[in-house]
Amino acid sequence: MLFSDLGTSVPRSEVLPPESGGRKSKLRRAWLPVLAMAPFFIYTGVGLGVPIVYIIRNAFLTFQGKFTFSNMDLLVHGIYLKGFENSLLLSVITSIIPGILGVFLAYAIVTSNSGVLKRMVATASAVLANFGGINLTFIFIAAFGETTGIITVWLNHIGLNPWSHGFDLYNFYGVAFVYLYFQLPLMVLVITPALGGLRQSWREAAQNMGASNWRYWRHVGIPVLMPSILGGILLLFGSSFAAYATAQTLTEGTVTLAPIQIGDTVSGNAIAGEANVGFAIALGMLIVLSITMVFYGLARRRASKWLR
Amino acid sequence: MAALIKAAKKEARLNVIALPDNWANYGTIIKDFKAKYHINISDQNPDGSSAQEITAMTDDQGRSNDPDVIDVGTNFAVTAQTAGQLAPYKVQTWNEIPSNLKDPNGYWFDDYGGYVAIGCNTAAVTTCPTSFAQILAAPSSAGYKVGLNNSPLSASAALAGVWAAAIAEGGSLSNIAPGVTYFQNLNKEGYFVPTVAGPSTIQSGATNIVIWWDYLQASEISASIKGWKVTVPSDALFAEYYTQAINKNAPDPAAARLWEEYLYSVTGQNLWLQGEARPAELAYMEAHGTANKTWEAALPAVPKGSTNVPTPAQITAAETTVTSTWPTEVTTGP
Repeated sequence: MLFSDLGTSVPRSEVLPPESGGRKSKLRRAWLPVLAMAPFFIYTGVGLGVPIVYIIRNAFLTFQGKFTFSNMDLLVHGIYLKGFENSLLLSVITSIIPGILGVFLAYAIVTSNSGVLKRMVATASAVLANFGGINLTFIFIAAFGETTGIITVWLNHIGLNPWSHGFDLYNFYGVAFVYLYFQLPLMVLVITPALGGLRQSWREAAQNMGASNWRYWRHVGIPVLMPSILGGILLLFGSSFAAYATAQTLTEGTVTLAPIQIGDTVSGNAIAGEANVGFAIALGMLIVLSITMVFYGLARRRASKWLR
Repeated sequence: MAALIKAAKKEARLNVIALPDNWANYGTIIKDFKAKYHINISDQNPDGSSAQEITAMTDDQGRSNDPDVIDVGTNFAVTAQTAGQLAPYKVQTWNEIPSNLKDPNGYWFDDYGGYVAIGCNTAAVTTCPTSFAQILAAPSSAGYKVGLNNSPLSASAALAGVWAAAIAEGGSLSNIAPGVTYFQNLNKEGYFVPTVAGPSTIQSGATNIVIWWDYLQASEISASIKGWKVTVPSDALFAEYYTQAINKNAPDPAAARLWEEYLYSVTGQNLWLQGEARPAELAYMEAHGTANKTWEAALPAVPKGSTNVPTPAQITAAETTVTSTWPTEVTTGP
């Protein structure tokens, strides 16, 4: 997937120097790319591979070290199943809504004439997309808290207190609201290059053939963009599914999510000896994320066809 | 004892874990031990949790940074004992530790504890509540915004807070369900703020009442919030102790045992008292006049009544109940 993205259509012989030696240099040339990638493979293998093996192994052990299926069995019952359901629902909501909004926002930025605006949004998106955790929780409490939140106070002055109309920062939808803060910039970041790939010539050709704005989008624009949009939404799904600190500090376990349950069992102060259940939940999350990544890869491969 | 000191000094090192400086005065305790015995103490992961301490003992086995001693929630010590990770040891003052605060075979022993207390920001609230019942029954004009220090599924202090509410509402050490119902009702009335409460949420006004250990309220909240009042609730006397244990595979066994001797000496116990925690041997020290009078007087007053102290088995049972009921009952979402 990564290599096809480089999109080179230049023949190999024009890139490399002409053959000088015999078999020896041919072998060297074949091994050179592998050698160059070796540090990356080692780093990924150790940094990602070892923890994955550790998780898979521990998911099937008891605290005493004996093999068991009971951890995985717990996963599909009761409160841990609820955790997965909530996580999946939250991830779906906070990937589709900011996904669609992000496309419109990115389109507005891409088609604007102000270079300053484009640069500002690019930088801001990159920063805000990674801004999560306890800081974010505190920002939202300070802004939208029930009686002392700054924005709540302002809205109250004009008679529009969101809290008295059913808004609750500390429930499931409150968490989704907070997640939008980093999900929307992430989508803008991801979809902007794809929007840039929409050639002006396609639009002109469509107009020449008498297509209205709507028909252009319906038959040209959206089909071309769709793989990128889907890829972006899947990326947002993964990002939201794995988010931990924000929801944990905001809701203290009253909204049950899979990453929070992992934290409670593996590194908590209350539940003793249940760390292996946490690893089972982690394995479950790995499976979900692997499926997401497969679809993301397929979407990207489709998308890269149009960006050449 | 002299032989122990000699052997410990030879090891010249002690590995502790998850001991924050401002938690029950550990900063001073560590400094004092270092100065007294010239043994270097390295504190791995000072803000770590009990679960992380147990994991470190397992994962670091055989390495020189393997924790020698642990200070964990009692149910964690019992789990480690069952898994055969602990070495038994009875300190010289063993008989001064009450029998319900130690393992009869010496595998673990409680060190310090406190009462669940209601902390109140006198600058933001006109009448500070003195009981759980008062909080729930208060009119909305009282403006109570109650917080716990974390999720009861994640922090034993929060679990204790829910348990104390259970006792106030007619539950017991074997029945924590009324406590979950209490917070469910509190949430419905809009008094419960389900976010991690601490000095920052108090300063921003998001919470003005915090239910937490009395000694942690003293060291972590009173230090930064002026006018913070800590009261032990009149309708729930709930105390819980943390627990010491020695790693069976401790790389510095003599230093580990000397550390325990120090902690359970009059000096060590009084230093915990200075941190506003109640040391395990406090009853004995009060009876024999060795407790520091000034520091003892600084402890929040305990209303009349018998104190509820849970056993490890009760803690595990309570945790199981709360794990399945807290996320589904105390929530205002789907």
